[in-house]
Amino acid sequence: MSGTNVGEKVDGSNTMNNKNISLPMSRVKLIMKSSPDVSSINQDALFLTTKATELFVQHLAQCSFKRGSGKEKNTLSYSDLANAAEETDTFQFLTDILPKKILARDYLRSLEERGEDGDA
Amino acid sequence: MAERPEDLNLPNAVITRIIKEALPDGVNVSKEARRAISQAASVFVLYATSCANNFAMKAKRKTLNAGDVMAAMEEMEFERFLQPLREALQAYKTGQKGKKEATEQKRKDKEKKADLEENDKSQEEDEEEEHMEEEQEGENEEEEVEN
Repeated sequence: MSGTNVGEKVDGSNTMNNKNISLPMSRVKLIMKSSPDVSSINQDALFLTTKATELFVQHLAQCSFKRGSGKEKNTLSYSDLANAAEETDTFQFLTDILPKKILARDYLRSLEERGEDGDA
Repeated sequence: MAERPEDLNLPNAVITRIIKEALPDGVNVSKEARRAISQAASVFVLYATSCANNFAMKAKRKTLNAGDVMAAMEEMEFERFLQPLREALQAYKTGQKGKKEATEQKRKDKEKKADLEENDKSQEEDEEEEHMEEEQEGENEEEEVEN
């Protein structure tokens, strides 16, 4: 005779309600394990990392939107993200994967300028 | 490392949903922005893992634990996450405990049932053994007498 009725259906998809996360922990675990020197990960640590990643996605989206020009256009664009990465301390680690884009001709021009300095 | 961060992706549908829920209603998110956020999330996992792992190694542990992850968040200057993470972990552990207890209870019920069935069986076996022993003793006596 069980004391308490947990009251949840036992099926494959009930885990979301219980843990309050949407991202799949199995996928997060894959990424974590690709990190060198990591042997094993305790279940609570895996949960926390997954939850933190969700919080991070929210935070990045909100910060980028707030400071970006998207407020007028009502759209969150890539450049909003790139700007946020460059201008926010906590997003510095993203600058490599969220580089600011410049027009090709501007880039080529800056290359030429550098080349001229070098020759002279 | 052969794998680039981009190869270890998180499901796009889930990422999109989280973004939409974080932004005001009616805001559009470009496809490029979505992809970029997804990649950023993967990099975040790697960075957090690496950071947490440093704490574990300092403590001479091979297994990353909850404390390591929390310490990593602080190190990465995401203190804003600490309180919601603590609360979420509490809820998670309670849920896990409930599940575990439910499974334990099921297992105990099963064992109880099996025990009851075995007791019935073993009673019969004991009676059989007693019969057999008596027969053997009878035979031995006969032999001794003959010798």
